[in-house]
Amino acid sequence: MTVAPKREDYDVVVIGAGPAGLAAAATSAEAGLSTLLLDENIGPGGQVFRAIASTPVTERNQLGADYWVGADLVQSLRASNAEVIHRATVWSLDRNLDIAVSIGGASAFVKAKRVILAIGALERPFPIPGWTLPGVMTAGAAQTMLKSSALVPDGRTVIAGQGPLLWLLAAQILRLGGRIDRILDTTERGNYFAALPHAFAFLTSPYFAKGLSMMREVKAKVQVVSGVTELAASGDGQLASVSYVAGGKRETIPTDLLLLHQGVVPNVNLAMAAGIEHRWDDLQLCWSPVLDASGNSSVAGIAIAGDGAGIGGANAAVVRGRIAARAAVDALAPASAAKLPATMATLRSDLAKAERGRLFLDTLFRPAPQFRIPSGDTIVCRCEEVTAKDVLDSVAIGATGPNQLKAYRRTGMGPCQGRLCGLTVTELMAQARGKTPQEIGYYRLRAPVKPITLAELAAVPKSEADVKAVVRG
Amino acid sequence: MFRRSEQDKRPQVQIFVDGVAVAARQGDTVSAALLASGQDARRSTAVSGAPRLPYCMMGVCFDCLVTIDGVGNRQGCLVPVAEGMQIEIQKGKREIGR
Repeated sequence: MTVAPKREDYDVVVIGAGPAGLAAAATSAEAGLSTLLLDENIGPGGQVFRAIASTPVTERNQLGADYWVGADLVQSLRASNAEVIHRATVWSLDRNLDIAVSIGGASAFVKAKRVILAIGALERPFPIPGWTLPGVMTAGAAQTMLKSSALVPDGRTVIAGQGPLLWLLAAQILRLGGRIDRILDTTERGNYFAALPHAFAFLTSPYFAKGLSMMREVKAKVQVVSGVTELAASGDGQLASVSYVAGGKRETIPTDLLLLHQGVVPNVNLAMAAGIEHRWDDLQLCWSPVLDASGNSSVAGIAIAGDGAGIGGANAAVVRGRIAARAAVDALAPASAAKLPATMATLRSDLAKAERGRLFLDTLFRPAPQFRIPSGDTIVCRCEEVTAKDVLDSVAIGATGPNQLKAYRRTGMGPCQGRLCGLTVTELMAQARGKTPQEIGYYRLRAPVKPITLAELAAVPKSEADVKAVVRG
Repeated sequence: MFRRSEQDKRPQVQIFVDGVAVAARQGDTVSAALLASGQDARRSTAVSGAPRLPYCMMGVCFDCLVTIDGVGNRQGCLVPVAEGMQIEIQKGKREIGR
């Protein structure tokens, strides 16, 4: 089960086996490059194609045709010579393209000529009052359990938020016979007008018809409340009720399970720790890496593909994976590029097609400020249990940005390393100090980007020179 | 909070949660098995002792931290269940040696 990498050096190491990583690794191996794919999960698929090779949901229409596309990607990968290791947690990547990976409690080290980060996205923090209560989860969490274990919500269930995933999840839960009592739509009314100029591109994208029919399917069975402007969860040690305001009217409903979702954002930890430059994206309201048209980052030899490169969805992720791999082939073995089925020009036109309508979705589902920037006793940092008021008090006595705030409040220093609070802290501090998020910046991230035990670190093979460097005398 | 769909035909795997036998299914993660078990699987945080359950189920939130076969602070959502696995729900701070 605990298989270490077979070699110490690879032409290409791909990190993450979601849509982009599966496509990148297959493409790179197909061109004859020695390729290693490292993935943290139990099986291939990432989040979108979660449990694609093992799902107990056998009725194909329940998960939808877009899900089963993942099976073809896995098949192509398995037909290639790429070496694949699952349950492999990459905890360090540096400018020399040295990679440290934890597999079965032991660390291995590999070096790559090129690294393709396919580290994907995570759900945007949704810091409302009571979001740390047991019984409050992300919509993605429920979808993960649905795909990998055929588990569906059973008690009184409320789904709140906005975006395409929310409707897909609702449809899937209903198809599997699960329970949804109410959907609370937090899409801002003004966004519909703002998105209008981009509507034509969306109407001609494949997402349009699918999205519409899914919303119809859900609305026929579940009460949907739109224009929700306030949202709070409460209960004593366990979620008991959800209260919300829509159209100026407050309502409180008894609830056992609240599923939150307001879009996804790039998972930046490994990329930032590798020193890759990121910029604040004012439309998608998140940090996105600075990349060229082939996905190459500011660190030579490291490319980023998929949603980790900026949110583009699964179809775009697959193409971006192929583009990044093709660029690696062009750089390392130009003669082999002819073996690949698609030219760079074809791939770029595929990407344009896959990205059609994105601007519309980004504008329509841009989350409202009150659901991104909390106030008062609402927890911002779940790990260290730091509230919005704590952050603002720290700003008042001189904390200038997220890194100084660590010294005041330990925000971002818990096990999640800022994944669940980083964006909130940046936006909250930016607002409080009258600066832009770009000016305020983000946590300085460092390896290990996932916790490993000291015992694992101590067991790392070391040379005499390594020991001499730290031993006195 | 969650129940299993009838189409799930995966073989059963027995795990122990604080010594109590729980029926999981092959391919479940520890966190999914705990949430499906109907048992109280709430851990309490190291900072304030507040109760928590898994939040993201994809390896980023660390609210699923659990002791698995004697090793503390494992991410339950990333570890598949295995026959006879011993799970302990964490209460408060981590102890030395675990």
